[in-house]
Amino acid sequence: MAQAELTANAMTTADGTPLKVSLRRAMRRNKLIAFGLTAPLLLFILISFLMPIFDMAMRSVDNAAVPEAIPRTVQALEAWDGEGMPPDAAFAAMAADLKEGQKTRTIGQAATRLNYQESGMRSLIMKSARRIGQYEAPWKAALIDIDDDWEDPAVWKLIKRQSGAFTAAYYLNALDYTYNEEGEVVEQPEYRQIYQMLFVRTLWMSALITGLCLLLGFPVSYLLATLPARHSNLLMILVLLPFWTSLLVRTTSWIVMLQTEGVLNDILVWIGLISDDGRMQMIYNKIGTIVAMTQILLPFMILPLYSVMRGISPSYMRAARSLGANPLVAFWRVYVPQTVPGMGAGGILVFILAIGYYITPALVGGQSGQLISNYIAYHMQQSLNWGLAAAIGTILLGGVLVLYLIYNRIVGIDNMKLG
Amino acid sequence: MAQNNIVEFNHVQKSYDGETLVVKDLNLHVERGEFLTLLGPSGSGKTTVLMMLAGFEVPTHGEILLNGTPINNVPPHKRGIGMVFQNYALFPHMTVAENLRFPLEVRKMSRADADKKVQRALDMVRLGNFGNRRPAQLSGGQQQRIAVARALVFDPELVLMDEPLGALDKNLREEMQFEIKHIHESLGVSVVYVTHDQSEALTMSNRIAVFEEGVIQQLAAPDQLYEEPRNAFVAYFIGENNRLRGRVKNVNGTSCTVELENQGGTVEALNINTGGQGSDTTLSLRPERVSVNPDANAVPNVFDARVEELIYLGDHIRTRVSVCGNDEFVIKIPNAQGHATIKKGENVRIGWAMEDCRALDA
Repeated sequence: MAQAELTANAMTTADGTPLKVSLRRAMRRNKLIAFGLTAPLLLFILISFLMPIFDMAMRSVDNAAVPEAIPRTVQALEAWDGEGMPPDAAFAAMAADLKEGQKTRTIGQAATRLNYQESGMRSLIMKSARRIGQYEAPWKAALIDIDDDWEDPAVWKLIKRQSGAFTAAYYLNALDYTYNEEGEVVEQPEYRQIYQMLFVRTLWMSALITGLCLLLGFPVSYLLATLPARHSNLLMILVLLPFWTSLLVRTTSWIVMLQTEGVLNDILVWIGLISDDGRMQMIYNKIGTIVAMTQILLPFMILPLYSVMRGISPSYMRAARSLGANPLVAFWRVYVPQTVPGMGAGGILVFILAIGYYITPALVGGQSGQLISNYIAYHMQQSLNWGLAAAIGTILLGGVLVLYLIYNRIVGIDNMKLG
Repeated sequence: MAQNNIVEFNHVQKSYDGETLVVKDLNLHVERGEFLTLLGPSGSGKTTVLMMLAGFEVPTHGEILLNGTPINNVPPHKRGIGMVFQNYALFPHMTVAENLRFPLEVRKMSRADADKKVQRALDMVRLGNFGNRRPAQLSGGQQQRIAVARALVFDPELVLMDEPLGALDKNLREEMQFEIKHIHESLGVSVVYVTHDQSEALTMSNRIAVFEEGVIQQLAAPDQLYEEPRNAFVAYFIGENNRLRGRVKNVNGTSCTVELENQGGTVEALNINTGGQGSDTTLSLRPERVSVNPDANAVPNVFDARVEELIYLGDHIRTRVSVCGNDEFVIKIPNAQGHATIKKGENVRIGWAMEDCRALDA
């Protein structure tokens, strides 16, 4: 009540300035200092983190290569309704664009871009660009003479469709959809579908790895938090040891452990659990990826859990037991609920790291253990289809943000404790 | 007599490291319905005794009986002893009502009965409307009361309290002392209470066990403990106390004559706990039992003293004087009508009765 009255008639200082104004003035200096101290980091993040992400996101819809390389054709096709053959003017424009493009060497990019949509487009355009110099008007006959694909209206429709400055084609591609000849969005033919499966696989494998990390990390964290300092320090060193070893070494050591002629199979054969012919395939597949990633990501689960558990006073468990709860009930009803912030923090950390993990699946994943990030890397480095890589990456980023929001709704981000 | 004891410690010893004993040969009984306080400085072993009774520590030697049955091998959750912890240990992820319902739920009590009991317990600590709050939304004193209610809600015969008021400010602490005392009296439950605050112990207890170095120095009712300390540690630990060191010149029945060190003169004192003639002794004298300018021949011990310091404390004036070669000698002059008015630097005569001066161990 008193609080409400106070806020109702605004407080003033002795000289009549509103208290809020006066307070803001007093705090301004501190704010400026705080901003000055954080400004370098803000600037760094802006330049090295936010701008690249924005640039990448733009690439996923960017289509400037086509309208820039064949501007005349784009203009000529604007009037065309897409029925039957395009007007002769379009052929003439195309011929002019090809000549120009051949000279300035900009035609290749557009050809590659169109080839993403329909394989064969690149060779058609490059061949035509090389030869067009030897022909003269009429251009329609000339182009058809070079390659009779130019007679196919589908080629022209494709060019017309891809003549905008922006395109959703990469996103469709990243979700196993494409445009058909009529420009409608349809599923990719079955033999070309891969990304949906990869997204689903990445999600469930990350969830499984997070679950395994929690399962394995919880007891270790509990020990760390409850053992006397002398022992827990040693244990902490063991937990942190992987951080001092190269990621590559850790991953390849799993190859030594798990391969068919590896340590684990040898032991199983030796104790007679499996026969020599029945050696198990535990690496270069999903099992390899899951085992190696669980081990590598385990510390990210243990550390936040540990820091939360260390803050839980042993008197809670004692209180629960003095109130009549047996050790199991006391643990489950009193201890575990208090570790939820740690589980949330560790879980989200491991899950987000797992969802974007790249090196380990690439080394030990074989074919069936590849994750979505391996395909992003593939499109960045091998196929050089950056637009598609950007689209997959942006979908991944969006997915993580959505999961984060869901987590926030259910558990509450304030409940998360990273240390 | 034995049936009337809810708890008995028989020759209980406790060591954590196998080298030193934290609790040395403890023999103690708690009577049914009694409020027993274990009082001592930190590290004196009092909390260890409580933890052994609660079941969180195992005695290294000896036996603890609860209602006549040995409980050395009974786990804490089967002892049925309520406990209030120093930091309250209210479960932060549960509401107040859920906290109180917890001991009833693990006892498989029906929801309706449990809710009734929870409400009664909340009403008992005058927080009937706070059931839906989280512990973090309560003040320290309210959390304290909830912790007491939770320890009592399942009707235990015995409640242990481990310095429950340590985190509260002075006024609240005094208020809570009375509240806990009243709850104890109205429920008739037995309480074992651990504290290092002697005024708390004096206020609340039926009996107080003073611990030092793992041994009970004295076990007595508050008034007896204050007025008749058995040794120098108890005299020093309970209440304010003037200590005069000296040597026993001769013993005369219950009294003795003590020659003070530094040529402080001779004092007639009660011979309580000395080694006999020629042994070193500490004389214990309460500041409020010293009179200023006593009538001649009224008391046997009269000395000249110089006033060093006067501190006005409202109800009394704390006066530090140097007397008998000791400049830490304190006198409490009650702020009553016509009390002696003295000034700093003055010389006054002070005196005390032989019965108020106790010759204890050195």
